[in-house]
Amino acid sequence: MSKRVAITGMGIISSIGNSVEENLSALLKSKHGISRISNIHTRHKDEIMVGEITLSNEELIEQLNLPETNNYSRTAMLGVIAAKQAVVNANITNINDCKTGLISATSVGGMDMTEKYYYEYLEDNTNHKYIGGHHAGDSTHKIAEQLGITNFVTTISTACSSSANAIMLGARMIKSGKLDRVVVGGADCLSKFTINGFKTLMILSETYCKPFDRDRSGLNLGEAAAFLVLESEEIVVKQNKKVLAYIAGYGNANDAFHQTASSGDGEGATLAMQAAFKVSGLQPNQIDYINAHGTATLNNDLSESVAIQRVFGENIPDLSSTKAFTGHTLAAAAAIEAVYSVLALQNNTIFPNLNYNNAIEQTGIVPVTSIKKKNINHVLSNSFGFGGNCSTLIFSKKL
Amino acid sequence: MKLETYISTYCHIRNNKILINGKPFIKDAFDTDFSIFSKKVYKDLNLSYPKFFKMDNLSKLAFLAAECVLNREKTNEDDNIAIVLTNRASSLDTDRKHQSSIQDKESYYPSPAIFVYTLPNIAIGEISIKHQLKSENAFFILDAFNAEFLHNYACSLLENNKAESVLCGWVDYDNEKYDCFMYKVSQIGDIKHTINKLQNLYKIKD
Amino acid sequence: MEALKLELKEKIIEQLNLEDISIEEIGDNDPLFGDGLGLDSIDALELIVMLDKDYGIKLTDPKEGKKIFESVAIMAAYITENRTK
Repeated sequence: MSKRVAITGMGIISSIGNSVEENLSALLKSKHGISRISNIHTRHKDEIMVGEITLSNEELIEQLNLPETNNYSRTAMLGVIAAKQAVVNANITNINDCKTGLISATSVGGMDMTEKYYYEYLEDNTNHKYIGGHHAGDSTHKIAEQLGITNFVTTISTACSSSANAIMLGARMIKSGKLDRVVVGGADCLSKFTINGFKTLMILSETYCKPFDRDRSGLNLGEAAAFLVLESEEIVVKQNKKVLAYIAGYGNANDAFHQTASSGDGEGATLAMQAAFKVSGLQPNQIDYINAHGTATLNNDLSESVAIQRVFGENIPDLSSTKAFTGHTLAAAAAIEAVYSVLALQNNTIFPNLNYNNAIEQTGIVPVTSIKKKNINHVLSNSFGFGGNCSTLIFSKKL
Repeated sequence: MKLETYISTYCHIRNNKILINGKPFIKDAFDTDFSIFSKKVYKDLNLSYPKFFKMDNLSKLAFLAAECVLNREKTNEDDNIAIVLTNRASSLDTDRKHQSSIQDKESYYPSPAIFVYTLPNIAIGEISIKHQLKSENAFFILDAFNAEFLHNYACSLLENNKAESVLCGWVDYDNEKYDCFMYKVSQIGDIKHTINKLQNLYKIKD
Repeated sequence: MEALKLELKEKIIEQLNLEDISIEEIGDNDPLFGDGLGLDSIDALELIVMLDKDYGIKLTDPKEGKKIFESVAIMAAYITENRTK
């Protein structure tokens, strides 16, 4: 039997809360975090809704006790906050008491500061310190520095499935014995870069996003960071660790269809789910809840629905997308949804798919629309990214 | 279980030259910018793939290298080829173009065709679409070419039966400066797939 | 109208990087999407930006584009009727 990979800690900051507890509380109260944008001055502010973390950069700097000379991007600050929470939650007193790694995902990196100081860079050098913080790997290295991790540190960038792939790589490195412990997750802040980019693709909703609804009109962007601590069975036994859940399966495949659009037959998503089942040894009928990618774009929700029907046939498990709570947080999405999947297991609760009214005609899939309590043993979570990168994770209470 | 793994084909693209298995593919290297050079390579490879001209520079670079490596060996979509690429600059070259279009207050017209390339893994998508590769794929941002990282990742995929072969590489492009080294690893080939060998192959000069 | 059609063909080739296609190869009534020039959804979005930038026409729903971009002739007629610059 292959080694089990335990989740022993989680941390999260999102538009519905600055901690795991706050996020759970908002989910249980069906309290979403979608609003008009306030931290960024964009020409699109009256046309879009976002999942924004209310803390300003100044407040984040204060919370993290950073010196005035720091060059942290918002992505890096959110990442450090979530990663530190995860390490505390896992009761780690000495991060390097075993082979520990960090795998962090981001898509915008330090873009927020670059666009803020773009013109000033040319005029004077007051804010030149932020140029070094632009690089996508920079936020990862800052998180590693703050946590004291030196053994293995890497950054993954595969768009909106990035943090699913970070979790997958982490699980695999523990299984193969390359690491004993690994902090995995992702961070992305809101930026004009992504807002304008998604706007040109015409997939931003002007109102609250409606995942899996017939009349869905696009997504809400969001910002967040979340990290999990994964530990090997040996460490769990040796340090008498409390296990929150296990990573049972993971799979990744390429849709090989289009740069940004998902295929009509959901081929990549289907292959990713099938691959995750193969790793886990579970059967589709053992899944109690699907935390769907469900971005609320016309393209994703139909393609994902078709893929789910291909994998699950007639017996589709309870399903919801939590993106109507948080917005689509890009490279952080799979990590925050991993936290929600574990919370679903711990609380035997399915979090509702907000803003849903009517089923998509072609598939007829009806998501769970209000809090549902039931025994939950296995949760499947999907995350798909531009570039055709499709990932599926399966989380289990016991293995 | 330790598998014996081998490199079957490798390719370098740098300084407007292409080397396949260490030998020059295009003899007459010439001094020009990447767009003209890449178009010449496209023609020399006898490609008929109009989508190529819509790609950004990073994708073009990765795409051409993948053509050189994969076309050496008759591959088809059932071969289960995974893709693991790495670089330093991520998609910075195209990010900059998108950023300048949204910063321009006088002429604000961000382009969807540019924005879709503001992620490095789109290059993997382009290779996957062309060759219909649906296996595992990942893109990592690293400080420099890291033979150990790629070696371990490829071995793990092969040992766990996630793929029959892995297309690996370093594909970096920023501001007309580029460096590409791509190779295919499987259980078949003439060159032993070791960290040392990868380091040496990467450094090969024409 | 003829001048506009020619202008559109030039712009389509230039904007959408249709490297191997010449103006003569695009008929006024040829379908631009699907089998025609093989344009895809991103090309359609790019044409929407072009309408805005060059002719001052703002589309808010990508579905509108589908009808307008059926052929060069239909595009030219739509632009003539709706242009603000």
